[in-house]
Amino acid sequence: MKTMLNVALPKGRLGEKVYGMFAAAGFECPSILEPNRKLVFENEEAGVRYFWVKPSDVAIYVERGAADIGVAGKDILLEYAPDVFELLDLNVGKCRMAVAAKKDFRDNPERTLRVATKFARIARTYYAGLGRDIDIIHLNGSIEIAPILGLSDVIVDIVETGKTLLENDLEPLETIVPISARLIANKASFRFKSAAIEAVAERLKGQVPEN
Amino acid sequence: MNPTEYPLKPEERVLFALRDLYSRFGYSQFKMSKFEEYDLYVRNKDFLVSDGVITFTDTDGRLMALKPDVTLSIIKNTRQAPGCVQKVYYSENVYRISGSTRSFKEILQTGLECIGDVDLYSLCEVISLAAQSLKLIDSACVLDLSHMGVVSALVDALTPDGALRAEALRCIGEKNADGVRKLFPEGDIDGLLALISAHGPAPQVIAALRPWCAAPEAAAALNELEAVTGALAANGCECIQVDFSIVNDMNYYNGIVFRGYIDGIPAGVLSGGQYDTLMQRMGRSARAVGFAIYMDLLERLNAEARPYDVDTVLLYDDGADVIELTRAIRLLADSGRSVLAQRAVPEKLRYRQLLRFKDRGIEIIENHA
Repeated sequence: MKTMLNVALPKGRLGEKVYGMFAAAGFECPSILEPNRKLVFENEEAGVRYFWVKPSDVAIYVERGAADIGVAGKDILLEYAPDVFELLDLNVGKCRMAVAAKKDFRDNPERTLRVATKFARIARTYYAGLGRDIDIIHLNGSIEIAPILGLSDVIVDIVETGKTLLENDLEPLETIVPISARLIANKASFRFKSAAIEAVAERLKGQVPEN
Repeated sequence: MNPTEYPLKPEERVLFALRDLYSRFGYSQFKMSKFEEYDLYVRNKDFLVSDGVITFTDTDGRLMALKPDVTLSIIKNTRQAPGCVQKVYYSENVYRISGSTRSFKEILQTGLECIGDVDLYSLCEVISLAAQSLKLIDSACVLDLSHMGVVSALVDALTPDGALRAEALRCIGEKNADGVRKLFPEGDIDGLLALISAHGPAPQVIAALRPWCAAPEAAAALNELEAVTGALAANGCECIQVDFSIVNDMNYYNGIVFRGYIDGIPAGVLSGGQYDTLMQRMGRSARAVGFAIYMDLLERLNAEARPYDVDTVLLYDDGADVIELTRAIRLLADSGRSVLAQRAVPEKLRYRQLLRFKDRGIEIIENHA
């Protein structure tokens, strides 16, 4: 019997792009493109079973073995630090994790810096490296509004084009880390389905766009 | 019912089998208190798998901790003698923060430690017992071996910078070749890339890495790995593979480190290695090797589904004669069947046989057997 790989893909634009890479690498599953509300799609011949999950949940599905492999942003991997293998940088979904503030912001090192973010661990690690004392304000969305209303001094968030920042009179100050989508694998699945997982990684390599 | 026939849960069955295995190889059980002075863990904080420790103040004012780890307590209690090794096994609850929920959990951990004049034989024995332990849990298992000497020699050749080394180790643990490329854009990283991509049967992996291990330390480490895997293969340990993504903290571990996986359990169930460096940090000159099995993960193993919750349900009425009823239940239980006395059948209960107790005797209502 052919080994079936469970593949967790992130719902949304990035997921569709990544599926395109899988399909071009020989792991297509045409039913996935039909307009319906199904979440699981299988192509027994190619040995893959795809399912769509929330992008921030992909790492959890893979870490806990419900999916053998998956595609997650480096931001999620840094924030949740799941115990998984990071097999390939897919070089898509590129953006950066950055510190941003109001255009007239002046840093006062004598005071604790108030940082609003969805990515508490990344922010904490970054400022710990600088030896800076910070106060993390954990928000779940619309981070840009925090410095405008005086809730925080700066924000740590994903910046793609910088358009949202600009429209809200904010500007990026520092890049913490560049982000892109990564192919991840469950550590136990890798031991038992290594040939199948490595075949996917190897064939996907040919689909990774140049910079 | 005979206790040996009692439907044991997979982790209980494994626990008995492991105790039997370890004692057959001369390991004696190490029993310890649930509490230990907090100080022991503060001094070796990085050795602990999780960062949180549950503490409380003892009646004499000492700050105590609920054991988050067993190895440190065992090292504390060892005595040294030339040419001898102390061989102990344990089965203890430890208290740790669980990675996914970030809350404290009680985890049953079983394992063994071999401390003292550890030689090549002792090393092989411990790894072979780790492999046999995995086999007892499930025949679909893999024991991955790595050698910290090989890993550190290849990383050291690239950079002396502590932070970069830590980052490189993390990338090796993640099999993150792209990460290594970004970390050393100018460096000659072919050796590290070979290390990351090489995994599988020992002879092939060792041969593939040989060209990158010309330096004396790296060559000695690779030779040791070859000697150990060769001896184990000759003794029928076929589940052993080599994979250098097993990287434990270099501040504590040196030499061979290993991790065991069971098909169907998403994380490694067995973890171990040589920890001579930890021994030195605790002021001991002896060498040591050991491993632990995280028994809580075995709950995920498929237990054989039991078709029935109970063999017999015996229904009785409110006015039933208690003496006669007790006698009837005793008779049924003594015949080797499980009996549940009820006045009404509980919802969703699965049973082989439904009986009703009457003054004149027992009436069979349903029989599925």
